[in-house]
Amino acid sequence: MKESTVPQKVEKQVPETREETRTRTLTPLVDIFETPEGLAVVADLPGVEKDDVSVGVENNVLTIKGSPKSAQPGDVLAREYELHPFFRQFELSDAVDQEKIRAEMKYGVLTIHLPKVKEQQPKKIAVNVAS
Amino acid sequence: MIGWTTWDPWRELEALRREVERAFEDYRIGGPRFRAGFLPGLMARAYPLLNVSEDKDNVYVEALAPGLNPDTIEVSVLHDTLRIAGEKTPITAEIKPEAFHRNERGAGRFVRTMTLPTEVDGDKVKAEYKNGLLLLTLPKHEKAKPKQIAVQVA
Repeated sequence: MKESTVPQKVEKQVPETREETRTRTLTPLVDIFETPEGLAVVADLPGVEKDDVSVGVENNVLTIKGSPKSAQPGDVLAREYELHPFFRQFELSDAVDQEKIRAEMKYGVLTIHLPKVKEQQPKKIAVNVAS
Repeated sequence: MIGWTTWDPWRELEALRREVERAFEDYRIGGPRFRAGFLPGLMARAYPLLNVSEDKDNVYVEALAPGLNPDTIEVSVLHDTLRIAGEKTPITAEIKPEAFHRNERGAGRFVRTMTLPTEVDGDKVKAEYKNGLLLLTLPKHEKAKPKQIAVQVA
């Protein structure tokens, strides 16, 4: 009888393959900048309808997804770009008020407003100069 | 390989060379994977990127140009030369450079000219700007359309 606490190594029956089933995605270019109320994220999503874009926050991660559509008919002569689903994620800080995130879409550009929680917004302090 | 019993270093080297070439094939500039990895911003090179297609009557050109100010888009055609000009709107001038965390999108004016595969009818060109894609429908000139020639059998 063979006794062992180390589990027997089982040979893999399936050969290892290099096949990938993951769909190809494009990383949209973004601008992120500070605004008086918080942060704004501007992303280029060409060819994406307003209804085909999804912006979501889960576990403090902002996810931007979009599926572009092209209406170009005919037989291809030359291709300089390909449209694939867009996907990009950003980690949010605790300062962002997740309830108040809003987004808008115009000419293939997505703008997301990320307001900061009230306490985190900068306060203007008047400086009195004694003369 | 069957039949080879002796070790041939040259054969090994040849195999290695082929392997390396295959590895880089997909990453050539303009190759399919390079093209799909990211979308180019606005920089000193061909902008906007164009996809060209055709059917019997029209040539179609689609330009990847999100965030243009539609009033600035100018499209003109002379014989078989297409010229696209416009301006990508900067976000606002009020944002100070130090307020940016990331600035990947470009902005500014651009011009691109391209030679079309056939002569087109410049008066009937249609341009539609939708969701950041500019689709041009360029009807082929009568001269450029293929003609059916009847074959006479003697």
